[in-house]
Amino acid sequence: MTTDEIKLSIATLVPAAVIEEGGEWLNVFIEPAAWKSLAFQLKHNKELSFDFLFCVTCVDWKTHLTMVYHLNSTVFRHHLVIKIKLDRNDPKIETVSDIWRTAEFNEREAYEMFGVQFIDHPDLRLLILPDGWEGRNPMRKDFEDAVNMIKL
Amino acid sequence: MVEELGTTTEGDLVINIGPQHPATHGVLHLVVTLNGETIKKVEPHLGYIHRSIEKMCESLTYRQFIYVTSRMDYLSSHINNHACALCVEKGLQLEIPPRAQVIRVLVDELTRIASHELWWGAMAMDLGAFTPFFHAFRERENINDIMEETCGARLTMNYIVPGGVMADIHPNFQKRVKNFIQLFRSKADEYDELVTGNIIFQNRMKGVGYLSPEDAVSYGCTGPTARGSGVHCDIRKLYPYEIYNTLQFDEILESAGDSFARYMVRLREMRESVKILEQLIDNIPEGEFQAKTKAVLKLPKGEFYQRVETARGEFGVYIISEGATTPYRIKFRSPGFANLSVLNHISKGGKLGDLVASMGTLDLVIPDIDR
Repeated sequence: MTTDEIKLSIATLVPAAVIEEGGEWLNVFIEPAAWKSLAFQLKHNKELSFDFLFCVTCVDWKTHLTMVYHLNSTVFRHHLVIKIKLDRNDPKIETVSDIWRTAEFNEREAYEMFGVQFIDHPDLRLLILPDGWEGRNPMRKDFEDAVNMIKL
Repeated sequence: MVEELGTTTEGDLVINIGPQHPATHGVLHLVVTLNGETIKKVEPHLGYIHRSIEKMCESLTYRQFIYVTSRMDYLSSHINNHACALCVEKGLQLEIPPRAQVIRVLVDELTRIASHELWWGAMAMDLGAFTPFFHAFRERENINDIMEETCGARLTMNYIVPGGVMADIHPNFQKRVKNFIQLFRSKADEYDELVTGNIIFQNRMKGVGYLSPEDAVSYGCTGPTARGSGVHCDIRKLYPYEIYNTLQFDEILESAGDSFARYMVRLREMRESVKILEQLIDNIPEGEFQAKTKAVLKLPKGEFYQRVETARGEFGVYIISEGATTPYRIKFRSPGFANLSVLNHISKGGKLGDLVASMGTLDLVIPDIDR
Protein backbone atom coordinates (compact mmCIF):
# COMPACT_ATOMS: atom_id res chain seq x y z
CA MET A 1 0.00 0.00 0.00
CA THR A 2 1.31 3.44 -0.83
CA THR A 3 1.42 6.26 1.69
CA ASP A 4 -1.61 7.89 0.08
CA GLU A 5 -3.64 4.70 0.31
CA ILE A 6 -2.70 4.27 3.97
CA LYS A 7 -3.73 7.88 4.61
CA LEU A 8 -7.05 7.24 2.94
CA SER A 9 -7.71 4.08 4.95
CA ILE A 10 -6.87 5.83 8.22
CA ALA A 11 -9.11 8.75 7.32
CA THR A 12 -11.97 6.32 6.65
CA LEU A 13 -11.41 4.39 9.88
CA VAL A 14 -10.91 7.43 12.12
CA PRO A 15 -12.21 10.61 10.46
CA ALA A 16 -10.93 12.75 13.33
CA ALA A 17 -7.34 11.58 12.91
CA VAL A 18 -4.70 14.19 12.18
CA ILE A 19 -2.15 12.90 9.69
CA GLU A 20 1.29 14.41 9.53
CA GLU A 21 3.85 13.77 6.83
CA GLY A 22 7.43 14.90 6.43
CA GLY A 23 9.24 12.63 8.87
CA GLU A 24 10.66 9.26 7.99
CA TRP A 25 7.27 7.62 8.43
CA LEU A 26 3.65 8.67 8.44
CA ASN A 27 2.51 10.08 11.80
CA VAL A 28 -1.10 9.74 12.88
CA PHE A 29 -2.49 11.60 15.89
CA ILE A 30 -5.69 10.18 17.37
CA GLU A 31 -7.79 10.39 20.52
CA PRO A 32 -7.39 7.62 23.14
CA ALA A 33 -11.01 6.52 22.64
CA ALA A 34 -10.40 5.71 18.97
CA TRP A 35 -7.31 3.60 19.60
CA LYS A 36 -8.63 0.13 20.31
CA SER A 37 -10.87 -0.18 17.26
CA LEU A 38 -8.24 1.37 15.00
CA ALA A 39 -5.59 -1.01 16.36
CA PHE A 40 -7.81 -3.98 15.59
CA GLN A 41 -8.32 -2.79 12.02
CA LEU A 42 -4.64 -2.02 11.51
CA LYS A 43 -3.69 -5.54 12.44
CA HIS A 44 -6.53 -7.51 10.87
CA ASN A 45 -7.39 -5.51 7.75
CA LYS A 46 -5.80 -7.58 4.98
CA GLU A 47 -4.62 -4.54 3.07
CA LEU A 48 -3.03 -2.86 6.07
CA SER A 49 -1.65 -5.90 7.94
CA PHE A 50 0.36 -3.99 10.52
CA ASP A 51 1.31 -7.15 12.37
CA PHE A 52 4.58 -6.06 13.92
CA LEU A 53 4.50 -3.53 16.77
CA PHE A 54 8.19 -2.86 17.04
CA CYS A 55 8.40 0.01 19.47
CA VAL A 56 6.14 1.31 22.23
CA THR A 57 7.21 4.58 23.80
CA CYS A 58 5.70 6.93 26.32
CA VAL A 59 6.89 10.54 26.35
CA ASP A 60 6.37 13.04 29.17
CA TRP A 61 5.78 16.49 27.66
CA LYS A 62 5.26 18.05 31.13
CA THR A 63 1.75 19.21 30.12
CA HIS A 64 0.60 15.83 28.84
CA LEU A 65 1.85 12.35 28.09
CA THR A 66 2.06 10.88 24.60
CA MET A 67 1.99 7.20 23.75
CA VAL A 68 3.89 6.43 20.56
CA TYR A 69 3.32 3.15 18.73
CA HIS A 70 5.66 2.24 15.87
CA LEU A 71 4.05 -0.23 13.51
CA ASN A 72 5.43 -2.24 10.65
CA SER A 73 3.92 -4.78 8.31
CA THR A 74 5.96 -7.92 7.69
CA VAL A 75 3.81 -8.52 4.60
CA PHE A 76 3.98 -5.13 2.85
CA ARG A 77 6.95 -3.61 4.72
CA HIS A 78 5.15 -0.31 5.26
CA HIS A 79 5.40 1.71 8.45
CA LEU A 80 3.09 3.81 10.55
CA VAL A 81 3.51 5.80 13.74
CA ILE A 82 0.48 6.31 15.97
CA LYS A 83 0.60 9.06 18.58
CA ILE A 84 -1.97 9.44 21.30
CA LYS A 85 -2.11 12.33 23.74
CA LEU A 86 -3.04 11.41 27.32
CA ASP A 87 -4.05 13.47 30.33
CA ARG A 88 -0.96 13.70 32.54
CA ASN A 89 -2.94 13.61 35.80
CA ASP A 90 -5.05 10.63 34.84
CA PRO A 91 -3.44 8.85 31.88
CA LYS A 92 -5.74 6.07 30.69
CA ILE A 93 -5.77 4.11 27.48
CA GLU A 94 -7.01 0.72 26.37
CA THR A 95 -4.54 -2.12 26.14
CA VAL A 96 -3.59 -3.62 22.79
CA SER A 97 -1.86 -6.63 24.33
CA ASP A 98 -4.58 -8.90 22.91
CA ILE A 99 -3.84 -7.59 19.41
CA TRP A 100 -0.04 -7.51 19.54
CA ARG A 101 1.26 -9.78 22.29
CA THR A 102 4.47 -7.80 22.61
CA ALA A 103 2.44 -4.91 24.02
CA GLU A 104 1.89 -6.81 27.27
CA PHE A 105 5.43 -6.26 28.55
CA ASN A 106 5.85 -2.87 26.91
CA GLU A 107 2.65 -1.60 28.52
CA ARG A 108 3.78 -2.86 31.91
CA GLU A 109 6.94 -0.83 31.44
CA ALA A 110 5.00 2.31 30.48
CA TYR A 111 2.73 1.72 33.49
CA GLU A 112 5.55 1.64 36.02
CA MET A 113 7.77 4.28 34.41
CA PHE A 114 5.06 6.82 33.51
CA GLY A 115 1.97 5.72 35.44
CA VAL A 116 -0.17 5.07 32.38
CA GLN A 117 -3.21 2.92 33.21
CA PHE A 118 -3.92 0.34 30.54
CA ILE A 119 -7.58 -0.62 30.68
CA ASP A 120 -8.24 -4.40 30.49
CA HIS A 121 -4.53 -5.27 30.60
CA PRO A 122 -4.33 -8.93 31.75
CA ASP A 123 -1.51 -8.43 34.24
CA LEU A 124 -0.74 -4.78 34.97
CA ARG A 125 2.00 -4.98 37.62
CA LEU A 126 5.49 -3.65 38.10
CA LEU A 127 7.95 -5.35 35.76
CA ILE A 128 11.36 -3.78 36.30
CA LEU A 129 10.94 -1.72 39.47
CA PRO A 130 10.97 -3.41 42.89
CA ASP A 131 7.82 -3.86 44.98
CA GLY A 132 6.58 -0.70 46.65
CA TRP A 133 7.28 1.65 43.76
CA GLU A 134 3.65 1.95 42.74
CA GLY A 135 2.63 5.54 42.23
CA ARG A 136 6.13 6.96 41.72
CA ASN A 137 7.07 7.13 38.10
CA PRO A 138 10.81 7.48 37.54
CA MET A 139 10.76 8.34 33.86
CA ARG A 140 8.57 11.40 34.36
CA LYS A 141 10.40 14.67 34.00
CA ASP A 142 9.64 15.90 37.53
CA PHE A 143 10.77 12.72 39.31
CA GLU A 144 13.38 13.37 41.99
CA ASP A 145 14.88 10.81 44.28
CA ALA A 146 17.93 11.61 46.40
CA VAL A 147 18.83 7.95 46.98
CA ASN A 148 18.18 6.47 43.55
CA MET A 149 19.84 9.27 41.64
CA ILE A 150 19.26 8.75 37.97
CA LYS A 151 19.69 12.32 36.79
CA LEU A 152 23.35 12.92 36.01
CA MET B 1 7.24 -12.72 45.80
CA VAL B 2 8.27 -15.05 48.59
CA GLU B 3 4.73 -15.78 49.68
CA GLU B 4 3.96 -17.17 46.22
CA LEU B 5 6.49 -19.94 46.68
CA GLY B 6 5.62 -23.43 47.87
CA THR B 7 2.60 -25.48 46.95
CA THR B 8 -0.50 -23.72 45.64
CA THR B 9 -4.06 -24.69 46.45
CA GLU B 10 -4.31 -26.63 43.20
CA GLY B 11 -1.32 -28.72 44.23
CA ASP B 12 1.12 -26.96 41.91
CA LEU B 13 4.67 -26.33 42.94
CA VAL B 14 6.09 -22.82 42.58
CA ILE B 15 9.85 -22.54 42.41
CA ASN B 16 12.44 -19.83 41.82
CA ILE B 17 15.07 -19.99 39.14
CA GLY B 18 17.56 -17.18 39.64
CA PRO B 19 18.37 -14.37 40.11
CA GLN B 20 21.68 -16.12 40.77
CA HIS B 21 21.47 -19.16 38.55
CA PRO B 22 24.06 -20.20 35.96
CA ALA B 23 21.46 -20.93 33.28
CA THR B 24 19.96 -17.43 33.37
CA HIS B 25 23.27 -15.88 32.24
CA GLY B 26 22.95 -12.89 34.47
CA VAL B 27 20.53 -11.70 37.05
CA LEU B 28 17.20 -12.86 35.68
CA HIS B 29 14.63 -14.17 38.13
CA LEU B 30 12.04 -16.66 36.91
CA VAL B 31 9.14 -17.83 39.02
CA VAL B 32 8.07 -21.16 37.55
CA THR B 33 4.76 -22.85 38.37
CA LEU B 34 5.02 -26.60 37.97
CA ASN B 35 2.57 -29.45 37.92
CA GLY B 36 4.85 -32.40 38.53
CA GLU B 37 7.59 -31.76 36.04
CA THR B 38 5.37 -29.92 33.56
CA ILE B 39 5.60 -26.15 33.35
CA LYS B 40 2.31 -24.30 33.80
CA LYS B 41 3.66 -20.77 33.88
CA VAL B 42 6.99 -18.95 33.66
CA GLU B 43 6.98 -15.45 35.02
CA PRO B 44 10.09 -13.30 34.67
CA HIS B 45 10.92 -10.74 37.36
CA LEU B 46 13.25 -8.11 36.00
CA GLY B 47 15.13 -5.13 37.28
CA TYR B 48 18.15 -6.58 39.09
CA ILE B 49 20.43 -4.72 36.72
CA HIS B 50 18.15 -1.82 35.80
CA ARG B 51 20.14 1.42 35.61
CA SER B 52 17.53 3.58 33.89
CA ILE B 53 19.80 4.21 30.94
CA GLU B 54 17.03 5.97 29.01
CA LYS B 55 16.67 8.55 31.77
CA MET B 56 20.43 8.95 32.11
CA CYS B 57 20.70 9.70 28.41
CA GLU B 58 18.29 12.62 28.80
CA SER B 59 21.03 14.53 30.61
CA LEU B 60 23.95 13.37 28.48
CA THR B 61 25.07 15.08 25.28
CA TYR B 62 25.01 13.36 21.90
CA ARG B 63 28.69 12.56 22.28
CA GLN B 64 28.42 11.24 25.82
CA PHE B 65 25.35 9.00 25.61
CA ILE B 66 27.12 6.50 23.33
CA TYR B 67 29.22 5.29 26.26
CA VAL B 68 26.21 4.27 28.30
CA THR B 69 24.71 2.30 25.44
CA SER B 70 27.69 -0.09 25.37
CA ARG B 71 26.50 -1.24 28.76
CA MET B 72 23.15 -2.47 27.52
CA ASP B 73 23.84 -5.39 25.25
CA TYR B 74 27.48 -5.69 26.25
CA LEU B 75 28.03 -8.56 23.83
CA SER B 76 26.96 -6.38 20.91
CA SER B 77 28.38 -3.12 22.19
CA HIS B 78 29.79 -2.06 18.82
CA ILE B 79 26.41 -2.55 17.20
CA ASN B 80 24.64 -0.60 19.95
CA ASN B 81 27.09 2.26 19.48
CA HIS B 82 26.60 1.99 15.75
CA ALA B 83 22.83 2.41 16.03
CA CYS B 84 23.19 5.48 18.22
CA ALA B 85 25.85 7.03 15.97
CA LEU B 86 23.67 6.42 12.89
CA CYS B 87 20.66 7.97 14.59
CA VAL B 88 22.62 11.11 15.53
CA GLU B 89 24.07 11.28 12.02
CA LYS B 90 20.56 11.00 10.58
CA GLY B 91 19.57 14.03 12.64
CA LEU B 92 22.65 16.00 11.63
CA GLN B 93 22.43 14.76 8.01
CA LEU B 94 26.09 13.93 8.26
CA GLU B 95 27.98 11.99 5.61
CA ILE B 96 30.66 9.78 7.00
CA PRO B 97 33.89 8.84 5.18
CA PRO B 98 33.93 5.48 3.34
CA ARG B 99 36.85 4.26 5.45
CA ALA B 100 34.83 4.70 8.62
CA GLN B 101 31.86 2.88 7.08
CA VAL B 102 33.93 -0.18 6.25
CA ILE B 103 35.65 -0.22 9.64
CA ARG B 104 32.25 0.01 11.33
CA VAL B 105 30.89 -2.98 9.44
CA LEU B 106 34.06 -4.97 10.10
CA VAL B 107 33.92 -4.46 13.84
CA ASP B 108 30.15 -5.08 13.82
CA GLU B 109 30.59 -8.46 12.21
CA LEU B 110 33.50 -9.38 14.50
CA THR B 111 31.22 -8.53 17.41
CA ARG B 112 28.46 -10.69 15.99
CA ILE B 113 30.80 -13.67 15.73
CA ALA B 114 32.14 -13.10 19.26
CA SER B 115 28.60 -12.86 20.61
CA HIS B 116 27.47 -16.04 18.86
CA GLU B 117 30.62 -17.84 20.02
CA LEU B 118 29.87 -16.99 23.63
CA TRP B 119 26.23 -17.99 23.20
CA TRP B 120 27.23 -21.30 21.63
CA GLY B 121 29.63 -22.21 24.42
CA ALA B 122 27.31 -21.13 27.21
CA MET B 123 24.31 -22.81 25.64
CA ALA B 124 26.10 -26.15 25.31
CA MET B 125 27.27 -25.84 28.89
CA ASP B 126 23.70 -25.27 30.08
CA LEU B 127 22.80 -28.57 28.48
CA GLY B 128 25.63 -30.34 30.23
CA ALA B 129 28.49 -30.26 27.72
CA PHE B 130 31.46 -28.52 29.27
CA THR B 131 34.07 -28.76 26.51
CA PRO B 132 32.40 -26.54 23.86
CA PHE B 133 32.71 -23.59 26.20
CA PHE B 134 36.50 -23.77 26.00
CA HIS B 135 36.46 -24.22 22.24
CA ALA B 136 34.24 -21.18 21.79
CA PHE B 137 36.29 -19.02 24.10
CA ARG B 138 39.51 -20.04 22.38
CA GLU B 139 38.31 -18.41 19.14
CA ARG B 140 36.53 -15.57 20.86
CA GLU B 141 39.75 -14.62 22.61
CA ASN B 142 41.26 -13.72 19.22
CA ILE B 143 38.45 -11.28 18.54
CA ASN B 144 38.88 -9.74 21.98
CA ASP B 145 42.58 -9.27 21.27
CA ILE B 146 41.82 -7.55 17.96
CA MET B 147 39.36 -5.26 19.74
CA GLU B 148 41.83 -4.52 22.51
CA GLU B 149 44.47 -3.42 20.04
CA THR B 150 42.21 -1.22 17.96
CA CYS B 151 39.64 0.04 20.47
CA GLY B 152 41.53 -0.18 23.76
CA ALA B 153 38.86 -2.33 25.39
CA ARG B 154 37.78 -5.93 25.24
CA LEU B 155 34.10 -5.69 26.07
CA THR B 156 32.56 -2.20 26.17
CA MET B 157 34.44 -0.65 23.29
CA ASN B 158 32.76 2.74 22.67
CA TYR B 159 34.63 2.81 19.39
CA ILE B 160 31.93 3.98 16.99
CA VAL B 161 31.12 7.66 17.51
CA PRO B 162 28.99 10.18 15.58
CA GLY B 163 30.96 11.06 12.48
CA GLY B 164 32.95 7.87 12.14
CA VAL B 165 35.09 5.86 14.51
CA MET B 166 37.06 7.02 17.53
CA ALA B 167 40.52 6.22 16.18
CA ASP B 168 42.04 4.62 13.13
CA ILE B 169 42.54 0.86 13.09
CA HIS B 170 45.74 -0.57 14.53
CA PRO B 171 48.44 -1.43 11.92
CA ASN B 172 48.04 -5.09 12.91
CA PHE B 173 44.27 -5.06 12.40
CA GLN B 174 44.11 -6.46 8.86
CA LYS B 175 46.71 -9.14 9.52
CA ARG B 176 45.03 -10.30 12.70
CA VAL B 177 41.54 -10.38 11.18
CA LYS B 178 42.87 -12.46 8.27
CA ASN B 179 44.47 -14.83 10.75
CA PHE B 180 41.17 -15.05 12.57
CA ILE B 181 39.24 -15.82 9.38
CA GLN B 182 41.63 -18.66 8.66
CA LEU B 183 41.43 -19.93 12.22
CA PHE B 184 37.65 -19.76 12.24
CA ARG B 185 37.34 -21.64 8.96
CA SER B 186 39.50 -24.46 10.32
CA LYS B 187 37.63 -24.64 13.64
CA ALA B 188 34.02 -24.10 12.56
CA ASP B 189 33.59 -27.71 11.48
CA GLU B 190 34.66 -28.77 14.96
CA TYR B 191 31.56 -27.08 16.33
CA ASP B 192 29.35 -29.30 14.24
CA GLU B 193 31.29 -32.43 15.11
CA LEU B 194 31.33 -31.64 18.79
CA VAL B 195 27.76 -30.48 19.37
CA THR B 196 25.45 -30.21 16.36
CA GLY B 197 25.62 -33.82 15.29
CA ASN B 198 25.50 -35.17 18.83
CA ILE B 199 22.40 -37.33 19.23
CA ILE B 200 21.87 -36.46 22.89
CA PHE B 201 22.08 -32.78 22.08
CA GLN B 202 19.68 -33.12 19.15
CA ASN B 203 17.16 -35.01 21.25
CA ARG B 204 17.19 -32.25 23.82
CA MET B 205 16.74 -29.51 21.21
CA LYS B 206 14.44 -30.82 18.49
CA GLY B 207 10.78 -30.07 18.99
CA VAL B 208 11.50 -28.16 22.19
CA GLY B 209 10.19 -24.61 22.62
CA TYR B 210 8.20 -24.38 19.39
CA LEU B 211 7.47 -20.86 18.19
CA SER B 212 5.19 -20.30 15.19
CA PRO B 213 5.98 -17.50 12.71
CA GLU B 214 2.74 -15.67 13.60
CA ASP B 215 3.55 -15.72 17.30
CA ALA B 216 7.13 -14.65 16.63
CA VAL B 217 5.87 -11.51 14.90
CA SER B 218 3.10 -10.86 17.41
CA TYR B 219 5.50 -11.12 20.36
CA GLY B 220 7.91 -8.81 18.56
CA CYS B 221 10.65 -11.42 18.31
CA THR B 222 13.48 -10.54 15.97
CA GLY B 223 16.93 -11.78 15.09
CA PRO B 224 17.84 -15.48 15.11
CA THR B 225 14.87 -16.18 17.41
CA ALA B 226 12.38 -15.17 14.71
CA ARG B 227 14.50 -16.43 11.82
CA GLY B 228 14.41 -19.87 13.40
CA SER B 229 10.67 -19.73 12.72
CA GLY B 230 11.17 -18.60 9.15
CA VAL B 231 10.38 -14.89 9.58
CA HIS B 232 12.36 -12.56 7.33
CA CYS B 233 13.61 -9.94 9.76
CA ASP B 234 17.27 -9.24 9.09
CA ILE B 235 17.50 -5.45 9.18
CA ARG B 236 20.76 -5.64 7.22
CA LYS B 237 18.73 -7.05 4.32
CA LEU B 238 15.33 -5.40 4.76
CA TYR B 239 16.34 -1.85 5.62
CA PRO B 240 20.07 -1.78 4.82
CA TYR B 241 22.19 0.76 6.63
CA GLU B 242 25.81 1.72 6.10
CA ILE B 243 27.23 -0.44 3.27
CA TYR B 244 25.28 -3.64 3.85
CA ASN B 245 23.42 -3.32 0.54
CA THR B 246 26.71 -3.70 -1.34
CA LEU B 247 27.74 -6.90 0.45
CA GLN B 248 27.13 -10.50 -0.52
CA PHE B 249 25.70 -12.54 2.32
CA ASP B 250 22.62 -14.63 2.98
CA GLU B 251 19.88 -14.15 5.50
CA ILE B 252 19.78 -17.45 7.36
CA LEU B 253 16.29 -18.88 7.72
CA GLU B 254 15.09 -22.11 9.28
CA SER B 255 11.51 -23.26 9.24
CA ALA B 256 11.16 -25.70 12.14
CA GLY B 257 10.69 -22.99 14.81
CA ASP B 258 12.12 -25.14 17.62
CA SER B 259 15.24 -24.71 19.72
CA PHE B 260 17.35 -26.63 17.24
CA ALA B 261 16.31 -24.30 14.39
CA ARG B 262 17.30 -21.25 16.42
CA TYR B 263 20.58 -22.96 17.24
CA MET B 264 21.30 -23.65 13.56
CA VAL B 265 20.51 -20.06 12.55
CA ARG B 266 23.15 -18.68 14.89
CA LEU B 267 25.72 -21.27 13.95
CA ARG B 268 25.28 -20.59 10.24
CA GLU B 269 25.19 -16.83 10.79
CA MET B 270 28.75 -16.93 12.07
CA ARG B 271 29.88 -18.24 8.70
CA GLU B 272 27.94 -15.47 6.91
CA SER B 273 29.68 -12.88 9.08
CA VAL B 274 33.04 -14.38 8.15
CA LYS B 275 32.01 -14.01 4.48
CA ILE B 276 31.43 -10.29 5.08
CA LEU B 277 34.80 -9.97 6.80
CA GLU B 278 36.50 -11.62 3.82
CA GLN B 279 34.87 -9.21 1.38
CA LEU B 280 35.95 -6.15 3.27
CA ILE B 281 39.26 -6.86 4.93
CA ASP B 282 41.35 -6.23 1.82
CA ASN B 283 39.17 -3.37 0.65
CA ILE B 284 39.38 -0.81 3.42
CA PRO B 285 39.49 2.50 1.56
CA GLU B 286 42.16 5.03 2.40
CA GLY B 287 41.18 8.37 3.84
CA GLU B 288 39.76 9.91 6.95
CA PHE B 289 38.30 7.72 9.68
CA GLN B 290 36.09 10.50 11.03
CA ALA B 291 34.08 13.28 9.43
CA LYS B 292 34.65 16.82 10.58
CA THR B 293 32.03 17.61 13.21
CA LYS B 294 31.43 20.46 15.59
CA ALA B 295 32.67 20.04 19.15
CA VAL B 296 29.13 20.29 20.48
CA LEU B 297 26.47 18.43 18.54
CA LYS B 298 22.96 19.86 18.36
CA LEU B 299 20.21 17.87 16.72
CA PRO B 300 17.42 19.84 15.05
CA LYS B 301 13.94 19.68 16.58
CA GLY B 302 12.28 16.48 15.50
CA GLU B 303 12.24 12.73 15.82
CA PHE B 304 14.77 10.24 14.55
CA TYR B 305 14.56 6.48 14.52
CA GLN B 306 17.31 4.10 13.56
CA ARG B 307 17.19 0.32 13.59
CA VAL B 308 20.11 -2.05 13.24
CA GLU B 309 20.61 -5.80 13.48
CA THR B 310 22.50 -6.82 16.61
CA ALA B 311 23.51 -10.37 17.41
CA ARG B 312 20.16 -10.74 19.21
CA GLY B 313 17.85 -9.01 16.76
CA GLU B 314 16.42 -5.65 15.94
CA PHE B 315 17.79 -2.85 18.07
CA GLY B 316 16.11 0.53 17.68
CA VAL B 317 17.09 3.98 18.85
CA TYR B 318 14.32 6.56 18.98
CA ILE B 319 15.53 10.09 19.70
CA ILE B 320 13.10 12.93 20.32
CA SER B 321 14.99 16.19 20.04
CA GLU B 322 13.89 19.66 21.08
CA GLY B 323 16.91 21.23 19.41
CA ALA B 324 19.13 21.11 22.49
CA THR B 325 22.51 19.47 23.05
CA THR B 326 20.84 16.62 24.95
CA PRO B 327 17.94 14.48 23.78
CA TYR B 328 14.49 15.24 25.22
CA ARG B 329 13.62 11.57 25.30
CA ILE B 330 15.44 8.49 24.15
CA LYS B 331 13.86 5.09 23.77
CA PHE B 332 15.89 1.98 23.15
CA ARG B 333 13.98 -0.82 21.52
CA SER B 334 15.98 -3.75 22.81
CA PRO B 335 15.69 -7.12 21.08
CA GLY B 336 16.08 -9.06 24.34
CA PHE B 337 13.02 -7.45 25.92
CA ALA B 338 10.72 -8.74 23.21
CA ASN B 339 12.47 -12.11 22.99
CA LEU B 340 12.08 -12.64 26.73
CA SER B 341 8.35 -11.95 26.57
CA VAL B 342 7.88 -15.07 24.48
CA LEU B 343 9.55 -17.37 27.05
CA ASN B 344 6.33 -18.21 28.89
CA HIS B 345 4.58 -18.94 25.61
CA ILE B 346 7.21 -21.37 24.26
CA SER B 347 8.00 -23.22 27.48
CA LYS B 348 4.43 -23.65 28.79
CA GLY B 349 3.39 -27.29 28.69
CA GLY B 350 6.96 -28.49 28.36
CA LYS B 351 9.20 -30.08 30.96
CA LEU B 352 11.29 -28.15 33.45
CA GLY B 353 14.49 -29.63 32.03
CA ASP B 354 13.61 -28.23 28.60
CA LEU B 355 13.28 -24.71 29.96
CA VAL B 356 17.06 -24.36 29.77
CA ALA B 357 17.06 -25.29 26.08
CA SER B 358 14.23 -22.86 25.27
CA MET B 359 15.80 -20.08 27.28
CA GLY B 360 19.30 -20.73 25.96
CA THR B 361 18.23 -20.43 22.34
CA LEU B 362 16.54 -17.08 22.98
CA ASP B 363 20.05 -15.77 23.73
CA LEU B 364 19.03 -13.40 26.50
CA VAL B 365 21.43 -10.76 27.74
CA ILE B 366 19.92 -9.33 30.89
CA PRO B 367 21.40 -5.79 30.88
CA ASP B 368 19.90 -5.44 27.41
CA ILE B 369 16.46 -6.34 28.78
CA ASP B 370 16.58 -4.23 31.95
CA ARG B 371 18.41 -1.25 30.41
